[in-house]
Amino acid sequence: MSNELYVSARYLPFGDNALLVEFSDTISLEANLKVTVLSEAVTKAKMRIEELVPTYRSLLIRYDPLKTTYEQLVFQLKDLEKTLDKPSPETKRQKIAIPVVYGGEYGPDLAYVAKHHRLTEQQVVKLHSSREYRVYMIGFVAGFPYLGEVSDEIATPRLETPRLKVPAGSVGIAETQTGIYPCEAPGGWQIIGRTPLVLFNPMQQPPTPLKAGDTVNFEAISEKEFRTIEKQTRTKLSQRNKSE
Amino acid sequence: MKVFQVINAGLFTTVQDLGRYGYLRYGVPISGAMDTFSLTAANLLVANNENDACLETTLVGPKLQTLATTQIAITGGNCSPTVNGQRVAMWQTLTLREGDVVSFGRMESGCRAYLSIQGGINVPLLLGSRSTYVRGGFGGLEGRQLKIGDVIEASDMSLLTVEYSLPIKHVPRFTNQLAAHVVLGPQDNMFTEKGLSTFLSNPYKVTLEADRMGYRLEGSVIEHVLKADIVSDAILPGAIQVPRNGKPIVIMRDAQTTGGYPKIAAVGTADVDLLGQAKPDDVIEFSKVTVKEAQERTREYYKLLKTLRGLLDRKAVNV
Repeated sequence: MSNELYVSARYLPFGDNALLVEFSDTISLEANLKVTVLSEAVTKAKMRIEELVPTYRSLLIRYDPLKTTYEQLVFQLKDLEKTLDKPSPETKRQKIAIPVVYGGEYGPDLAYVAKHHRLTEQQVVKLHSSREYRVYMIGFVAGFPYLGEVSDEIATPRLETPRLKVPAGSVGIAETQTGIYPCEAPGGWQIIGRTPLVLFNPMQQPPTPLKAGDTVNFEAISEKEFRTIEKQTRTKLSQRNKSE
Repeated sequence: MKVFQVINAGLFTTVQDLGRYGYLRYGVPISGAMDTFSLTAANLLVANNENDACLETTLVGPKLQTLATTQIAITGGNCSPTVNGQRVAMWQTLTLREGDVVSFGRMESGCRAYLSIQGGINVPLLLGSRSTYVRGGFGGLEGRQLKIGDVIEASDMSLLTVEYSLPIKHVPRFTNQLAAHVVLGPQDNMFTEKGLSTFLSNPYKVTLEADRMGYRLEGSVIEHVLKADIVSDAILPGAIQVPRNGKPIVIMRDAQTTGGYPKIAAVGTADVDLLGQAKPDDVIEFSKVTVKEAQERTREYYKLLKTLRGLLDRKAVNV
């Protein structure tokens, strides 16, 4: 990962109803911080827009062409951007702990990742669960958080042949990224473990506990603890569904 | 209230409304009708809210048995609908009695038809919408396409004393040759001059890999400058991605919310609806417009919807 920020942000049209503010063409913490800061400033400024989609290095702004124009929005955004020169302190970001049972049937690629780096499985688990990760963005499937960055000591390329089905809750590594599959989906990430937490629930508002800019850390748990948490989560969910 | 029993589900029939907006940042696609104009018209023709849930059919429509007296309208691509074997008109209110069988025939034009039911289809509202997102397994009828034996319920029922029909001049015509207006970008700088001109001067054919997520197109290879990968960023319906093979992919309403291929251009709002009626072997030609021109087209399009509302409202007042 590099820190190649553009000299100034690029404003790019996206069809007749959106625009993109791009800060970099690579993955970098600096660019992602810019995205978060601008996203929050736009929300605070109560601009006439429909929705914001923060991603690794750019912010998509969807607007209604009947309410505003592209030029008007770019003008307002550039004005707003000037006031954000100093990286504002990122306040009130959530910190969320994700319990994970590593290896075995829950993490079928843990052995490969360990072998790839000439480490023991325990060392991989320790390296993965001993740092905090930033939620760079949510995408791919509903509720999938792209987290970064893992230690170079465990960064591993994707599988050569993606799996057709990765179970819900699977925690994976792809290069220096780590992520969690909120529902069963096809995927090529190296799966090293699984969380019993439910990361996407369309009955809830918002549907996922994580958002771009949040901080996540992983906690190694046993299979028994996994089952206990899974049971609790299910009971909670079914109670909530009944009460609705 | 139970209105229909599904005798035959058709190829791919789902419950859709105008879409699930405001959740892209959580990775939730917009979904909703592939042709929102036709869905809106279907709802207006039975005096529903414009955003009420309807059935969206794909190429081969379903066969439905009526369980209670109701009113419906069928719009969208010309799907040769019948009631008890007799051809019925599209784009107009139809009154059905218990036992009537509604059937969809040959798709004469377009790809998708919409069936509205007076009162709107009663399925749970999830994240502000009743639209089905089949890949995510939620919304609509249990997050899936219709199957034999399903029962379709309407939210409430009040029969209209007048049957509306949409004046023929407002009925959209769907052909096998589609003209889509695009705004270049956001990543048009990743294509050579030659690549851009290839894209704008050649027809592209819709392949069999075409569904609610998007359409893979076949045609002249579009040349990238260097790379064909970007760091994943947000995508919206209408975006046109070009992966390494140089063949464009049009993003539609159930697509994932982020993608790693450069986007050469994006189709404007009105033309996204038009593309929603495209089917395999249809041919799309792209032409370049400015953002301003694209927005002017969108305004015209919304004006047409306003006209529609006016026409149907006036009739209601006359009753």
